[in-house]
Amino acid sequence: MTRRTAHALGDRALPRWTHPGAWWVWALGLATAASRTTNPILLALLVAVAGWVVARRRPDAPWSRSFVVFLRLGLVIIAIRVLFTVFFGSGVGEHVLITLPSVPLPDWAAGVAIGGPVTAEELLLAVYQGMVLATMLACIGAANSLASPARLLASVPSALYEVGVAVVVAMTFAPQLVGDVARVRTARRLRGRPDRGVRAFVGSVMPVLEGALERAVDLAAAMDSRGYGRTGPVSRRVRLTSSVLLLLGVVGVCLGVYGLLDGGTPGLVALPLLVIGVLAGVTGMVLAGRRSIRTRYRPDPWALPEWLVSVAGLLPATVIIAVAVTSPDSLVGPVAPIAWPALPLLPTLAIVVGAAAGVVAPRPPGLAVVRDLGPAAVTLEGVAA
Amino acid sequence: MIRFEDVSVVYDGASSPVLSHVDLHVPEGELVLVVGRTGTGKSTLLKCVNGLVPHFTGGTLSGRVTVAGRDTRLHPPRELADVVGIVPQDPLSGFVTDMVEDELAYGMESIGLAPDVMRRRVEETLDLLGLADLRHRPLLSLSGGQRQRVAIGAVLTTHPQVLVLDEPTSALDPGAAEEVLAALQRLVHDLGVTVLLAEHRLERVVQYADRVVVVHGGGVALEVGLPHDIMVTAPVAPPVVELGRLAGWDPLPLTVRDARRAAGPLRERLAPLADDAVRRSRATLHVLDGEVALTVDDLVVRHGAVPALRGVTLAADRGEIVAVMGRNGAGKSTLLSTLVGLHVPASGAVSVGGEMPSRLRGRELIRRVGLVPQEPTDLLVADSVGAECTASDRDCAAVAGTTRAVLDRLAPGVDDSTHPRDLSEGQRLALALSVVLAAEPPVLLLDEPTRGLDYAAKRRLVATLRDLAADGHCVVLATHDVELAAEVATRVVVLADGEIVADGPATDVVVGSPMFAPQVSKVLSPQPWLTVSEVTAALVVAS
Repeated sequence: MTRRTAHALGDRALPRWTHPGAWWVWALGLATAASRTTNPILLALLVAVAGWVVARRRPDAPWSRSFVVFLRLGLVIIAIRVLFTVFFGSGVGEHVLITLPSVPLPDWAAGVAIGGPVTAEELLLAVYQGMVLATMLACIGAANSLASPARLLASVPSALYEVGVAVVVAMTFAPQLVGDVARVRTARRLRGRPDRGVRAFVGSVMPVLEGALERAVDLAAAMDSRGYGRTGPVSRRVRLTSSVLLLLGVVGVCLGVYGLLDGGTPGLVALPLLVIGVLAGVTGMVLAGRRSIRTRYRPDPWALPEWLVSVAGLLPATVIIAVAVTSPDSLVGPVAPIAWPALPLLPTLAIVVGAAAGVVAPRPPGLAVVRDLGPAAVTLEGVAA
Repeated sequence: MIRFEDVSVVYDGASSPVLSHVDLHVPEGELVLVVGRTGTGKSTLLKCVNGLVPHFTGGTLSGRVTVAGRDTRLHPPRELADVVGIVPQDPLSGFVTDMVEDELAYGMESIGLAPDVMRRRVEETLDLLGLADLRHRPLLSLSGGQRQRVAIGAVLTTHPQVLVLDEPTSALDPGAAEEVLAALQRLVHDLGVTVLLAEHRLERVVQYADRVVVVHGGGVALEVGLPHDIMVTAPVAPPVVELGRLAGWDPLPLTVRDARRAAGPLRERLAPLADDAVRRSRATLHVLDGEVALTVDDLVVRHGAVPALRGVTLAADRGEIVAVMGRNGAGKSTLLSTLVGLHVPASGAVSVGGEMPSRLRGRELIRRVGLVPQEPTDLLVADSVGAECTASDRDCAAVAGTTRAVLDRLAPGVDDSTHPRDLSEGQRLALALSVVLAAEPPVLLLDEPTRGLDYAAKRRLVATLRDLAADGHCVVLATHDVELAAEVATRVVVLADGEIVADGPATDVVVGSPMFAPQVSKVLSPQPWLTVSEVTAALVVAS
């Protein structure tokens, strides 16, 4: 693919994989935006935007069916949050909906209440807070469906490559482990042993682990035979420097991200930390990458669509963080007194811009998943006759 | 190209060497077939070629193995990745990525080839192995033959001069096996790749080999020779060779085509005997007492939304041996699993001994029907043969020693303290079969029983199955092995896409079928002979 075709946007572009990093930046941007508001309208809008983009640009692959799973998980979280409030809520607020019989607790458990009045304010707050988590999950789910995990790891810097392979292998092991469990259960049934319940579970742990271990050894042998882990020569000093820089980078990035999301830390501290962390990390990786002689087959290009997708995700995050500083009220779902949430113009527009990712990103290549069973040349008419 | 000089291999903790004083030279561009019983060190021999033995497996290697001039002592497997491509027995276990195209590129990325070289080689390999339509497919969605071809392609892209394959066709149906072998043939002829290939199913591969290496194991020297010469004296040989020996053809034919050209006189001699022999063989095989063992009526089974069986109707009596055939994914295994109640029918009825198997549990089930799965080890739970037999007696509440007695009948001389993993494939199958038979189920199901079996073990299996049928068991086996079906089956059922397309006596179903006809039938068609033993018997009677 030439540079120019890589820059083509949206449906006019040739179908190609959008860089998985761009999808993750976009999704994390939306998730950051979600973390800073409890306004249900804005949150619902974020989920809608994520869902719309997934529907438009999701490839037809096994790993891309996870969005719905994440949505369901989000609903479960909201439900749990509400249930907790019902049973352990403190009953703050005016509109009491129902009064549960309360359980008297001993003195040392002061501050914890079970049962008692349940108020509308409390419930609403629980729903809003649950929605924040659910929305963030939906954003992560969107990234999962849009970007192939294997392609993402293939584009990590070569210094992290070996870690990346470990993760890929672990991910392919999960489905195989499920297959192993089924196989062991089958065997138990064939031996006339119980195939359900606790005893069956205990009896099948060892064979399943044994199977997994054996496969791990097979895979390791295959990878070794195919040249995994070939390295070029590199000096000891470079190795040491790169390790120190990587460590500093990780610490810096963690502190910086925590500061930005927390909201309690002044942005002036968090932002520089993040920047320093990223710089240290990048330098460390470049140094460490010198050891690897790996090359990349068809790396996904980072061209105009990738830039635009990233901006489409970062814009809502930036706008909402800024609005949170200047006029925080509009971002809060009003609980006391209960009121219809406001629709702040600027954040709404910014979130809608997030949907542009679904327009500017090229379509993914079509994946035929129809099971083709090889040459169906078995002339069975002859047999049947 | 490959040179073994006085190579001996001892694994840690083993008392005797796996390979001792092996000398072997494989020149460039040859396709060498490695045969030998399970446990004789074939796999070790193959793994020596790229240094997995001893770098990966441990153990001690003395002597010297050189590949393309590189000594495997000094080069670990990853440093040999550009000269040796090794394809594991189960291709899925060696896949590192999740898409066909990425898998092809993986090896090249590891050795650091330039991007434009990689692009070109991926395209070349896709064409060479006929994978172009599959390039964007997830690996898990491929059929067995396609996976095997992708696995071969994945090691080919680094342009190795040597390709090593461990039983590439053992899990494949005849059609898929031909696909893979045709691809190998092309590599040898067009690219001059040196191929070292281990395979039990000689009838599939011996015709392609330039030379055959017989590994005897136990310290006996390797036997190396031309296929014709080796086959004249080989204790085990494919049916076409046995037929050639019987008829005294010279040179000994290795392919059906050669045999057919030589078979004119034999066909003439056999023509008047055919009808008589067929009638006799049917009469001996149909010793049925008419008691119905299992019935399947309009059975539909789904995996999720995908129908695996669509309206299958089948009945089998005690004393019958039914072979279920069909390509990979046709629903053979599903049919067997449903008969032991692992799948609940979406509609239709299944009855084994008058009960619906999916409603049975525990001993109720294993006293009515037993299944030996594709991988017999799945069924085994203990860490020694003795413990396995004891556990089995307990499982089916049989008198202590029952399983052991069955095992002694099927495979005499297995030591109680052996770990099931250290048994040969044939012994392991016998052990699994004993575990199942200890509960004395009237219906016995076997899924791909000959996978990985050598000819000797196969012959024992055939005898065992015949005995079981004579005792009044109903045996149903799902198999790709047309020779086995021809040998034992009283009836052959062909499944395609979850439907029965043919059901009848073996002679009627397989004769004339390009896929399912055994070699003897292909040589002597249109006469209805299926096995060498039938032909021998007929000639003996006639003379």
